Amino acid sequence: MKVKVLYFAGLRERLGKSGEELDVSPAVTTVAGLRTLLMARGGAWQTALAQGKALRVAVNQELAQPTTPVKPGDEVAFFPPVTGG
Amino acid sequence: MPVRIQTQDFDAGAEIAALRRGNPKIGAVASFIGVCRDANDGDAVTKMTLEHYPGMTEKALEKIVAEAKQRWNVMEALVVHRVGEFKPSDQIVLVVVTGAHRGEAFAACEFIMDYLKTRAPFWKKEETPQGARWVEARASDDEAAQRWEPPKSSAA
Repeated sequence: MKVKVLYFAGLRERLGKSGEELDVSPAVTTVAGLRTLLMARGGAWQTALAQGKALRVAVNQELAQPTTPVKPGDEVAFFPPVTGG
Repeated sequence: MPVRIQTQDFDAGAEIAALRRGNPKIGAVASFIGVCRDANDGDAVTKMTLEHYPGMTEKALEKIVAEAKQRWNVMEALVVHRVGEFKPSDQIVLVVVTGAHRGEAFAACEFIMDYLKTRAPFWKKEETPQGARWVEARASDDEAAQRWEPPKSSAA
């Protein structure tokens, strides 16, 4: 299944990319599953996305939870807690 | 449009005048302007860069404005948020709420800012004499937003 993944701010810098089109296994059905898949790349991916890191996720531009479903064609964004205003 | 993201500066007076124009029922205008400070966490700040998530930012802010208008009896609400590069004293964000009376206008304006701080996808990076760093989210901002949450039901 194809999904678009985006990274913002400090996370984008640590990962060295702002986004990518991924073809992931249909076994990945949630935000938590996608995060685990990305962490398995090791290195900066392992540390920057580690459990316990302050991380926010949006699915199709709406704030999401680890249990939020991820479906084909979705846009999933990972980013640090926001600091606007 | 109740929400605008832009790189250029804004004129609060002109924005307020435009929002009030043609509505003699308005009796209160509450506004907030967020400004770039010259210091943060004990270090001088010489420059700041603000990035956002185009698309989600507008949606998130529109949702916050819609919720404010639902919760309080107000008339119009406007959010203008700048992105790009800032120097100390530059304006960053403007929130304006109009209504018949001040109480609801004040509350809606504060609510919009508190939710913007914790839910709208903006990130600040500041330059200090020690180098550039991403601004950390503050627990006090989460607590400020928490005040507006409905009390949790204590159903057993």
